[in-house]
Amino acid sequence: MKLSAVPYSAIKALRRNTMRTILTAFGIIIGVAAVITMVGLGQGAGAEVEEQVNRLGQNVMLIFPGERQLGGVSIGGGSANTLTVEDAIALREEIPEVVAASPEVRSQRVVVYGNRNWHTPIYGQSADYLQIRDWPLESGRMFDEEDVGRASLVAVVGQTVVQELFEGADPIGETVRVRGLPLEVIGVLSPKGMSLMGSVQDDLMIIPYTTGFQRVSGRSHAMVINVQVYSEETMDVARAKITDLLRERHGLAPDQENDFTIQTQEEVAQIATETSRVMTWLLASIAGISLFVGGIGIMNVMLVSVTERTREVGLRLAVGARSPDVLMQFLIESVILCLLGGIGGILLGYFATETIANYAGWPAFFSLEAMVVAVGVSAAVGVFFGFYPAWKASRLDPIMALRQE
Amino acid sequence: MHVLQLEGIERTYRTGALEVKALRGIDLTVDEAEFVAIMGPSGSGKSTLMNLLGCLDSPSAGRYLLDGGDVARLKRDELARIRNEILGFVFQSFHLLPRTTARENVELPLLYRESQLSWKEIREAASEALDIVGLGDRMEHMPNELSGGQKQRVAIARALVTQPRVLLADEPTGNLDTRTSLEIIDLIQRLNDDGLTILMVTHEPEIARYAERVIILRDGLIRSDRRRTPERARERIEAWGDDVEDALDEALQEATSHGDIDAPPASVADPVPEEVGIEQETGR
Ligand SMILES: Nc1ncnc2c1ncn2[C@@H]1O[C@H](COP(=O)(O)OP(=O)(O)OP(=O)(O)O)[C@@H](O)[C@H]1O
Ligand SMILES: [Mg+2]
Repeated sequence: MKLSAVPYSAIKALRRNTMRTILTAFGIIIGVAAVITMVGLGQGAGAEVEEQVNRLGQNVMLIFPGERQLGGVSIGGGSANTLTVEDAIALREEIPEVVAASPEVRSQRVVVYGNRNWHTPIYGQSADYLQIRDWPLESGRMFDEEDVGRASLVAVVGQTVVQELFEGADPIGETVRVRGLPLEVIGVLSPKGMSLMGSVQDDLMIIPYTTGFQRVSGRSHAMVINVQVYSEETMDVARAKITDLLRERHGLAPDQENDFTIQTQEEVAQIATETSRVMTWLLASIAGISLFVGGIGIMNVMLVSVTERTREVGLRLAVGARSPDVLMQFLIESVILCLLGGIGGILLGYFATETIANYAGWPAFFSLEAMVVAVGVSAAVGVFFGFYPAWKASRLDPIMALRQE
Repeated sequence: MHVLQLEGIERTYRTGALEVKALRGIDLTVDEAEFVAIMGPSGSGKSTLMNLLGCLDSPSAGRYLLDGGDVARLKRDELARIRNEILGFVFQSFHLLPRTTARENVELPLLYRESQLSWKEIREAASEALDIVGLGDRMEHMPNELSGGQKQRVAIARALVTQPRVLLADEPTGNLDTRTSLEIIDLIQRLNDDGLTILMVTHEPEIARYAERVIILRDGLIRSDRRRTPERARERIEAWGDDVEDALDEALQEATSHGDIDAPPASVADPVPEEVGIEQETGR
């Protein structure tokens, strides 16, 4: 058949039934849009994760109590009680590569100011914690070594707490109460935004760990020790030394497993990125299913179309169309149908991604890659689901086809 | 050399255990520029024979030489090529593609040409074919904007556009009134005058008398094969046209004088009443 006549007659046939064409294409539009949106949001989440891991601070290591499997990370959720405040102090004092070490204790408490109250996590940390996290203050000061030594009743608060308790007013010098314990607000943290899991990082209060252990949480062991190392090059050395020191302090025999786990910032990033990649794949596969369903819609409509146009096929065969000509005609028709859906899906996906990203305050990517894949997939769907109907049409017997009513 | 030559052609249909011998040994030769009418009672095998002649079907036995080459054993796609290059088809029910202009309907066979033509050549050939059938001014009309006779002319133009050796028509006037049938036959006669070989199935003796050779089938065999001097459809149209108008005039006058019809005869030419017009519009 004349090559340029193939797409021409395909488009003509599709235009003969505009409404049906649009409705059928919608199946593909939704599928492609879903794929693009999900991949876009997933990649956005991945980028956000990376960004946040970077915001964790420079050359940071986290030491968790107990033996942890890679991938089982949930920051601060250690079950074993193997890390002590003294461990943290020893790390800082005995290992030259360790610049800072903060034994973390966390508890969720109601904070009261006047007649307002707010439920927020309270972190007990060392004086150099903000240095580790690379987290500047907006106003006031951080508690110092002396405050830690005396277990002073002071607190540094995040932006959310300022909003909720003080309605945005300057809280410095004010006193809040936690279970009746008065704490003086001495500093306000700069805003940090949303975390990996969508929680607000600015919703927290930091107090000296001594105060935290003794007066607020009632725990005796650190949930995490945040460690900062002198430089990136010394990470491995530091890690080895930390392991040796902790094993020695915990009195572990050579054949015993570590009762703690060290994770570098890089490893945390790796796990988080891996998690977000799995999420992206999961979302994309769900979206892929809707594309598949759209493809079945195409097949259905093409089958109906072939049946409806049996006489047309008979006529074409009678005037000299060969089987491959008929096959090609119907195949190109379903491919064009799918490509239309693909283009529509890209547009819809673009808007959906933007809208959701704006609404959720989540970065989203509208990647060229996803677009190319979407168009490729929709063309493939067209060929795959269009093949059987087209093949059926091409095998029609001209006499029977012409005779059909 | 004969254009068509059939030797002992048989065609047996099998439906389950049942066997129907539609053709039981047909010998037939047709020469260049003959106009053959094929007649016979229903079920005698006329359409079966036409399908074989038209390479839409293959015989169960026998030899079929078309333009000197044996086509009885050709494969599906080889037959398609023969249909495209050597044969032209006209069907009882026109078989025009819906919502496709007359010109594009006529262009269709050329799209399947093995030697690819340019769009310009295709368009020109289609216009030329439509001119031949007298529809040069209806090229951009859709089938539903054409009368039955005009549709059949478009179909004939489509058959002619490939410049075939043989035109095959299975009851081309079966869906048309007598007057329009005569016009189609007139067109076919003129094509025949120009040297086109034509085989036409019909069961109307009034139509068959315009062919120079009439073959009658019965039970899958040729019962008679006679040549005669054909009448000219053109003459008949001219004479008959006057007759009909006179008869119509007379009938109307008589009716009005009896008071059966209130309006004068002129009302026949009046525009269609409004509701009917709407109905026709939505009926498409
Ligand atoms: N596809 C088929 N399968 C089985 N039997 C068939 C088939 N086509 C035709 N026949 C049988 O073959 C015989 C000849 O049929 P054919 O259609 O050629 O008759 P015809 O002369 O064209 O009749 P008509 O004037 O009614 O069109 C009939 O008995 C018919 O039932
Ligand atoms: Mg018949």
